[in-house]
Amino acid sequence: MSNPFERVCVVGAGTIGSLIAGHLAGQAEVSVLTRRDEHAAALNENGLRILGKSDLLATVTASADPSQLPDFDLAIVATKTTGVEAGIAGLAGRCPEAVVMTIQNGLGSEEVVRRHGEWRIISGVTFISGIRHSDAVIEYELDTETWMGPYAGTETPFELAQGAGELFVASGLNAEVLPDLLPAQWSKLIFNAAVNGAAALTELPHVALFAKRDVPTDLGHLVYDLIAEGKAVAAAAGVELHDDPWEMNRLAVTRGESDEGDYAHPPSMLEDVLAHRATEVDAITGALVREAERVGVPVPLNTAVYRLIKAKEESWTLPARRIQAPPSR
Amino acid sequence: MDASSSQNSGAAEPMRICVIGCGAVGSLFAAHLGQLDDVETWAYDVSPEHVDAINRNGLRLTGTGEVTGRVRATTDADELPPCRFGIIATKALHTKHAIAAVGHAFVDGSVCSVQNGVGNEELIAESVERVILGTTFPAGRIIEPGLVAWDTAGETTIGPFEPSPPPWSEVELLAETVSRSGMPTRALEDARGAQWTKVIFNAASNPLGAITGLTHGRLCDDPELRKLVTKLVDEGKAVAAALGVTLDSDPDALIDHAQRVAYDHKASMLQDLEKQRPTEIDFLNGGIAKFGAEEGILTPLNETIAALIKGVEQSWAQDVSAH
Repeated sequence: MSNPFERVCVVGAGTIGSLIAGHLAGQAEVSVLTRRDEHAAALNENGLRILGKSDLLATVTASADPSQLPDFDLAIVATKTTGVEAGIAGLAGRCPEAVVMTIQNGLGSEEVVRRHGEWRIISGVTFISGIRHSDAVIEYELDTETWMGPYAGTETPFELAQGAGELFVASGLNAEVLPDLLPAQWSKLIFNAAVNGAAALTELPHVALFAKRDVPTDLGHLVYDLIAEGKAVAAAAGVELHDDPWEMNRLAVTRGESDEGDYAHPPSMLEDVLAHRATEVDAITGALVREAERVGVPVPLNTAVYRLIKAKEESWTLPARRIQAPPSR
Repeated sequence: MDASSSQNSGAAEPMRICVIGCGAVGSLFAAHLGQLDDVETWAYDVSPEHVDAINRNGLRLTGTGEVTGRVRATTDADELPPCRFGIIATKALHTKHAIAAVGHAFVDGSVCSVQNGVGNEELIAESVERVILGTTFPAGRIIEPGLVAWDTAGETTIGPFEPSPPPWSEVELLAETVSRSGMPTRALEDARGAQWTKVIFNAASNPLGAITGLTHGRLCDDPELRKLVTKLVDEGKAVAAALGVTLDSDPDALIDHAQRVAYDHKASMLQDLEKQRPTEIDFLNGGIAKFGAEEGILTPLNETIAALIKGVEQSWAQDVSAH
């Protein structure tokens, strides 16, 4: 086949990066940049095992040292937003003819990549999810689509994005290629700001309550109102959304009800909160709030959620002695 | 007024007052009233250990003052005799259930709420004809059955609840009696000012501490969060104004005051969430939102906070870690 991407480098071997690397290895030579040496060693020794929706044992070349990685035609940055800078910096100066794909939540990863090289950039948005069993064993959970397209306003030819999409599909992943990804990025941004935000603050996984709107204090009303604010920002920014984020939310929580029990996906920000790790809130809700300010649309609820999550993160850094129990009231 | 006049006619017949929900705050009232010779104090509570200890040794307070009250306590609502007054001090989420159980004891009496939040009196009025609205500031905590730490002294404000009030003389009599027992209590024709001042203050600070895990002072140090507090206060003020309530003082100024005097205060709702106890959110931000909806006042931020806290409560039934 006329695949322009024979060598693929996956930057970041978290759940998403591993799922992509494990699949693409069936169609291309795949290298993986890890953060830890022992993670790379485990992948090199045992291969990368994908369970669940796929059943694969992939051979990959892994290293925590980017200079040890082979050249690449396509690099896929699969870190969290907070790890893009460190990840792509390791590839600075390498393979200027290559294409770099970002698949982070929120907005702005492409600009970070651009600061480190002249690569052509493909924007991506992914909805796949998995469960990490160990460094080298990942369960493929949601086999939903990854959307990709030329980074808005750049010279990346559409054919390159199509090539990347074909590579994904040939390797068993679901993909859709779009001429302009911005509408899809915004759909996911608005969806994530509402769903991840509510999950981070309530510590609920994404469950049917997120779409329940019976009484005014039902969580679904809040999610709906957060999404409505996001849509108003998108409209003011001149973005016509690819999907309605409320429908994305509604479909996601009703999808699992019929087969394997109720749908209860823990969004990544919830996992971060439970582990007391910094979340991606700055790139998600924060990005939406900044865009809202830029276009002059008030978003009081998203602003409140943003401040509350930042404050929740701050509380983990407090010395314990500062908190003392008062008399009960 | 038949019951009260018949009670007054027998010189030996004491005035019966029953505290409904004898937790920390209820115990402060019951123990004080239990010192009065002309009052027969009853307590209805769901804890058999607390009830047994009270009946055995009296109800004791320690801390701000040392008090032992003679109180007849019971877990069985059917044991309650007809009472002239009830003082309900349960958590707001138990109001409906508790008042339905004890309502028969107040067929000729009045029941006064000293609970948190707004919306309790409406629920009491479903089971009792004469309702008194109240707000109390004294605080304590249960040390062991029958023994309560009295941490904070403070005033109680009561007034007739419209549209279901007792005669004004009954409100005055209750205020006079409770004051005489050592708990200063004011009777006002419109006592909603204190209630709404307290609920607006509470709803703008307590749940934010609960959601973020920050102490009151740290919460207010963050200028962006402090703005959110003010916006929550402003929604509450708008609802109070629409109801024709004149606030006692500016809740926003109380927030600043608390930042100075209670910097390290850990929100009581945060303690509730940590122990996975249901909160009173329906009567705080949820109560403000409910009254706002009735008055046509938008309260999107209070609804947001209520939805988030209720979401946290629902998360306890979800096993996230097992996923």
